[in-house]
Amino acid sequence: MTRFLTLTVNGLANGAILALTALGFVLIYKATEVINFAQGQFLVVGAFMVYTANQTWGLPWPLAVAVGIASGVLLGIAIERLILRRMIGESALSVVMVTIGLASALSGVTLGVWGAGGRQGPSFIPSGSVHLVGDVSVGANRIWAVGVATVVLVAVGLFFRYSRHGVAMRAVADDQQAAMVQGISVNRIFAMAWALAGAAGAIGGVLLASIAGSYGLEMESFAIFVFPVVILGGLDSVLGTVVGGVVVGLLVEYSKSYLTVSWSVILPFAALVAILLVKPYGLFGQVRIERV
Amino acid sequence: MATATGVFHTTYRKDLALRHTRAEYVRLGLLAAVLVWVPFNLNPYWLGYANLILLAAIAAVGLNILTGYTGLISLATAGFLGVGAYTAANLTVYYHWPMPLAVLSATVLAAAIGAFFGLPALRLKGLYLAISTFAAQEILSDRFRDWKWLTRGHGTIVTSYPTLGGHHFKSKFEWYWILLVITGLVVFAAINLFRTGLGRSFIAIRDQDIAAEVMGVPVGRYKVLAFSIACGLAGFAGALQAFYPDGQTVTWENYEIAKSFIFVAMIIVGGLGSISGAVYGAMFLTWVPAYITRIGQTLQKSSFHFLIEKLSAVQLALFGFVLVVFLLVEPRGLARLWQRVKEYFRIWPFRY
Repeated sequence: MTRFLTLTVNGLANGAILALTALGFVLIYKATEVINFAQGQFLVVGAFMVYTANQTWGLPWPLAVAVGIASGVLLGIAIERLILRRMIGESALSVVMVTIGLASALSGVTLGVWGAGGRQGPSFIPSGSVHLVGDVSVGANRIWAVGVATVVLVAVGLFFRYSRHGVAMRAVADDQQAAMVQGISVNRIFAMAWALAGAAGAIGGVLLASIAGSYGLEMESFAIFVFPVVILGGLDSVLGTVVGGVVVGLLVEYSKSYLTVSWSVILPFAALVAILLVKPYGLFGQVRIERV
Repeated sequence: MATATGVFHTTYRKDLALRHTRAEYVRLGLLAAVLVWVPFNLNPYWLGYANLILLAAIAAVGLNILTGYTGLISLATAGFLGVGAYTAANLTVYYHWPMPLAVLSATVLAAAIGAFFGLPALRLKGLYLAISTFAAQEILSDRFRDWKWLTRGHGTIVTSYPTLGGHHFKSKFEWYWILLVITGLVVFAAINLFRTGLGRSFIAIRDQDIAAEVMGVPVGRYKVLAFSIACGLAGFAGALQAFYPDGQTVTWENYEIAKSFIFVAMIIVGGLGSISGAVYGAMFLTWVPAYITRIGQTLQKSSFHFLIEKLSAVQLALFGFVLVVFLLVEPRGLARLWQRVKEYFRIWPFRY
């Protein structure tokens, strides 16, 4: 029981971070119909910027986190403005390939600047342990990770529901031409989607690094689980990322502990294929009706 | 026959020919001459890369049949290279099968597994399908890492040279000719595939699968068939590569997702829906990393030697940048670029 509860909390924490990463992914897909294979690199770049700001420049941690988020935003906008905007109208596969190229370029740059080995870095959330029921105690940082991710996800949800820009983003996702006719600048919405994705990636990266206690390139491999997450939830559903993130996070933790590490890779992806066979647009994805 | 206003055929025979104009025959002759010239004039270092290009071209042609012609995206090519390589190596090393039979069985097995992972294509399209093949790749490369029985606990399998009548094929020069013939046959078969009903059905599925279904194309069966063709060819290339003298080692590092991305890059850089494009792409994406490695080696001797510890980072970044810049300049690939050059000279001195 102790083990189960610990695993559950760990899985929820991982799931929350996965949901944040997937959120960036879904934002970009919803607004621009681009599958961004460089989402994992957003995590790494954001986390390393925070590390540099805090350790090298000696900024206090709230400022350092702000620097990380700002660099995520700038990176997102730069990518959209300089590269993806030129690819509008090209085949989906070419665009996917561009993001794969970007992922390679970004991980090359991060590898060059920060090196391959993970670095012991500061943790911005209290570490200690929290006493749950009975004799069960879990890492406080996990609880905090879940909390921070929940706050961000709720904020994004509210943004979509009530903010002027959020509503505009939904309109563009729904029908680009109709949105343009209403006077919404589609270019600006695209840039905003990439900026938000960069910010979400940076926050996810910092949380992940804080839990692991080390800043390193292995965060990229954590990010591959974003695919089962978005498929579970549907490529274009924000709510779906939460459900998908939690399910995949728990699945990974349980299978890692009760089965073998190898199963923890296979199970999420096997679940992904199985779900796609039953529900081709994910659990919450928008079903498209095709006509000839 | 070729006139300023176009090419007109007066007999069915001419209409069915693969090449129509004298210029096309001249080009074919030139190409053949270059292919014969290459092995005699390249040093072994670059001849090795020529062989790798020929091997890569087999899998790239297969992937282009699937992605470029049938419109189904696969991110699992490396996984199927691995299926082919592990099967062929296992059969020859542990069960002492003759190499040709092992390669053939590896191809068949890869095609069968490919058909299985192609099943989601019955319901999925576009990017959702891409992600499901991504899952196939992750599952396969995880199995290669984790299944100890694949390598009898050694972690790698080392194959022996293929032999024929007591002769060992171990020089790059000999391999060049063998691979040239095999790749030539694959390319020829692929070009002809799209002159048959099956190939036309693939194209119909790519252009509008619902319309194709309405016209009587068995869409589901053909999608799975396209998957098994592509994966079979990838398995074939992988099985051959397992015996290639430079290395001859089958290890899971060679069949990771990054390799799959390189194959997708090949067909996009080369040109989707073009067999020759797949070959151009295989050339481009084999030479570019080779050159980048080469640059790294010269850096070692120059005053920039401090960059050496960052070499892998520089290679990774440079590769990514080349890919992005290329796609920004010509998103439709080298085949399209070549078409534009031809068009320019055909109508010169006019613009259009």
